This record gives sequence, structure tokens and C-alpha cells, in this order.
Amino acid sequence: MAKDALMDYDKALELFEPVLGFEVHVELNTKTKMFCGCANEFGSGANTNTCPTCLGLPGGLPQVNHKAIESSIRIGLALGCDVAESSRFARKQYFYPDTSKNFQTSQYDDPIAHDGQVTVELEDGRQVTVLIERAHMEEDAGKLTHAGATGRIQGADYSLVDYNRGGVPLVEIVTRLIEGTEADAPEVGRAYVAHIRELVKALGVSNARMEEGNVRCDANISLRPRGSDVLGTRTETKNVNSLRSVERAVRYEIQRQAAILAGGGTITQETRHWHEDTGTTSAGRPKSDADDYRYFPEPDLVPVAPSREWVEELRGTLPEPPSERRARLREAWGFTALELQDVVNADLLDAVEATVAEGASPASARKWWTGEIARVANSRGVAATSLVSPLQIAELVALIDSGDLTDRLARQVLEGVIEGEGSPSKVVESRGLKVVSDDGALIAAIDTALAAQPDVLAKIRDGKVQAAGAVIGAVMKAMKGQADAARVRELVLERAAQ
Amino acid sequence: MPDISADQVRHLADLARIDLSDAELTSLTAELAQIVESVAKVSEVATPDVPATSHPIPMTNVFREDVEVPGLTVQQALSGAPDREGDFFRVPPILGEEA
Repeated sequence: MAKDALMDYDKALELFEPVLGFEVHVELNTKTKMFCGCANEFGSGANTNTCPTCLGLPGGLPQVNHKAIESSIRIGLALGCDVAESSRFARKQYFYPDTSKNFQTSQYDDPIAHDGQVTVELEDGRQVTVLIERAHMEEDAGKLTHAGATGRIQGADYSLVDYNRGGVPLVEIVTRLIEGTEADAPEVGRAYVAHIRELVKALGVSNARMEEGNVRCDANISLRPRGSDVLGTRTETKNVNSLRSVERAVRYEIQRQAAILAGGGTITQETRHWHEDTGTTSAGRPKSDADDYRYFPEPDLVPVAPSREWVEELRGTLPEPPSERRARLREAWGFTALELQDVVNADLLDAVEATVAEGASPASARKWWTGEIARVANSRGVAATSLVSPLQIAELVALIDSGDLTDRLARQVLEGVIEGEGSPSKVVESRGLKVVSDDGALIAAIDTALAAQPDVLAKIRDGKVQAAGAVIGAVMKAMKGQADAARVRELVLERAAQ
Repeated sequence: MPDISADQVRHLADLARIDLSDAELTSLTAELAQIVESVAKVSEVATPDVPATSHPIPMTNVFREDVEVPGLTVQQALSGAPDREGDFFRVPPILGEEA
């Protein structure tokens, strides 16, 4: 693949204004598919969740999933959209083996929700308003695996199809043009997708795991020369599936397009593929005739006409908007913006909140979740919340606060809890990890250590208090770390003075 | 009356991944023109006071509850497949386009 010429980012921004648009697909977490009763499950054996309807076999007839409609309306409301009085499905015709029906059931001219707006927050706290054009319902396609030397579509010998994902409910959220973001364009893209992900997670309508494809982003990017009011030709970079990639892909396209335009070239309107490994995009199909989808109303489904009562009832189920929740918790917990951001980015806001509710201080809860627990979770490639419960962490923090555990001992206790040895107090008992708070035992160890290091003792008596470190170290070692170093220090100075 | 051109039919055939011979293209162009003409007769009887509709029965909100229903076994699902590999449908290489 030929390497694209890229213009320096700042130079590109001097010459051009970036204009963005996003299509985000959200996979709903309903129990069953959009139009049939097959299980909506990630990771089952190939082709185990299919039926005549989602395989497009003769006689299969679609039936709309009530829950999926409810979730779609709630997404629409959370985006500040108007929910359509009448909405209908349409067939989008294309011939490709990921859809065995040869059409995707989608929505065209009557989407379930339209005209909303969201306010997204950048890392420095600035807010950007993104207008939402529409949110429409559709079904996901099957999953293709290209077999052959490259593993990519080019040069594949054949492809394998798994239709488990075919027919899984999706909501596609389409923005209006996002202008005026200037050099922040990549960050705005990231913040927008992060906002949508957080929103659908808070609504409980999607598992919202980008790595499993629950939230997928197509990024439309074009450049307009400074001083012009005509939009440039856009490219659509497909399936950008992590927040970091959204940022990188937007930046890459700005630099790539700027280099072409500045060299007197023209941008081809096309889809582009994002390559996570190289951080580059490459040309997909040209947009021109492939957009000929020949939509028409789906004759096998009747319109969805949500009553205003139903819509209002669903509006009453909306959770506190994520940004308001963050602001509230940040104030209540006394966190800096960065501290809260760490918790949010690690997806630990719920865990920390629950731990605080169980009695831990916010600072301790944050420290343990984003520190030791996250470290173990990362090394094992699992979610932190799958290792321990908020209740267990609250108990661990209480043991530290009461002086029964030092931080060092607490890490060993945590290890035991993670290994399934029971609650923190049980692990303290079974592993014998309690802090030695019996001064008698400590004094005996201190006297031994002082006797073994007479030079140190002399220094301490000379007023060189920092020399006590060597003795404290020896005592902590003798206590196998199960002593409070501050208390040991007090006692060392006391004994040395005698 | 919209004319159907051979180019339009070729374009449609291309979108549908159907390879047409020149003879087929000629006959299909004529046939399609006739079909469009026949369907167009409907517009002669449609009056402005009849709203367009996508469905013959005025019905809305027909839903299924979100309850799993057993579908096909893998063997059943793959029984009509021209080719398979393990539990996957196997299809020819896909060139020129990605959805």
C-alpha cells in the first residue's frame, strides 16, 4: 500500500477548516434480535443463533421487538430528539454476503427520532454542542471472515460467514455537520463518541463495549479552504472502534486531505478503512453508485406510531444525564477534574460510587479501584469489577482506617480477596496479616535491632534522627511488614533515648 | 411515461450482481419498459385526495415481546448452503466492494 502524503497538522489548519459528521451505530442489548426471537448474544458458536427470518429464507416474516423500540425511543429522548408520531421501516438493497436477505431492514424517510442535540465536554472542560439529525433503527449484518494470505478483503481466496449478528438491533445516530471545531476537531470527535457511549450505557440499552463492536463509529471528514463557504468533498472512514482511534482517524484524514488539496489534487468521495495497527486509512469503495440502495418501504412491517403517553412514560425513565452526574459526584467527592476523569475513563464511576455508599472515603475508593485493582484487572485482561465487589473494598478501606492494616498488608489482603479466599477480614485472619499493634512485640524487636547496630544507636543519640531508618527497616523485616512504620519509628526513638 | 434504457438495466443488473448477455439485456429492457408502463396505469386512477400508503391495512404497532424463541440448529441453518467450512457459510471471494 502506497504511503499517503501528510501535511503538518498545524499547517493544515492554517489553510483549511475541518468539517465533521459522525454516524454512530449502537448495538442494543435486548435478549433477542430486532425482527425475530433468536438470541442476541456475543461470542456464541458460529451460526447457532439463526432462524428462517434472519437468514432470509423463504417464508420468514419479521416481527418487531417491542423492547428494541422502547430502547430506541429512550435513546432518541436522551439525545434531545423529537420522537416521530409515525415511523416506518424500509428496505435498503445491497448484494453482499453479510446480509443473506439481500437487503437490510432499516429506516429511511421516517426515522424513530430526529432533531436533537447533545453537549459534549472536552478534557479542559470546554463544552461543544453537537446537533443530531436523526436516530434510526436497523438490523446489524452478519460477520465475515476473509480467508487467505492477507486476512484482508483484498486477495482473499474466499470468505466465511457467521449470521449470529445478522438481525441484531442497532440504532444509528447521525449528526448534522459539525463546524467550527478547528484544531480541536479530533478531540471533539473523540468526546462526541465518548458521550454517546456513556449515554447508552447510562440508559442501560447497550453493553456499550467498543472492543466488542457494541458502539461503532463512521467518521465523515472534509476540508474547506479558508475564506470559502463551499463544503469540500468528504470521505467516510468506517468502523473506527475505539475512542483513541476516532481521534487519530480524524487527525489523519485532515492531514491526508490537506496534502492532496494543497498539491492541487481533488478528494475522491469514498469510504475509507481505518487500520488500527498503522494508524492510517486506505481507500474503500467509491461512494457514487454504491449509494444506489433503492430504498422502499418494508411491506412486511407496519408503521410504529408511539403514543404520546408512551413517549412521556419513557421520558420519565431517563437516568440523570452523565455529565450532570459527573459534575455532582465531583463536587460531592472533592475530586479534581483529572481525578474524576481517571475514574470515568477506567469505567469505574459506578464502582467508586458504590464503594463510597458502603462507607469508604471517596479518595480511598478511587485510590484502590484505579490503582491496585485496575492494575491486576489490566494484567489479566478482565474488568476490575469482576475481581472484587464495592462492599469488599469498603471493608478493606475500613481495616486500613482503623489501623488494622497498612497499605502494604492491604495489598496482600486484596490479593487474597481476588483469589476468592473470602472477605477482607477473613483473609486477614486466614493469612495472618494483621498489623502487629502489640507494643511489647515491637519493643523486643527494636531492642534486638538496636543492639545489633550500635553505631546507629550512637548516631540517633547524637541527634541524627534520620539514621533511625536502618533500624526501622530491620524491625519491619522482623515483623514481616506487619507493623505500622510510623508507630515503629516512635518506639525506636523512645528506646534509643533510654 | 419513463423510458427504460439499456444503460439503466445494465446498472440495475450490476447492482444486483447479475451478469447479463447482450441478448438478455435487450429483451429485459423491453420487458421492464412494459412492466413500468402497466404499473403506471395506477397513477391514472389515483387522485390527489388518496394519500400514499406503504401498507394496505391501516395498522400500527404490531410488536413481539423480547423473548427468545428456539431457531434453527447449525445443521439446519447450513443445510441449504452451497458451500460450508466448519459451521460457517463459505462464499466466493468478494471483490470490488465492501459494505
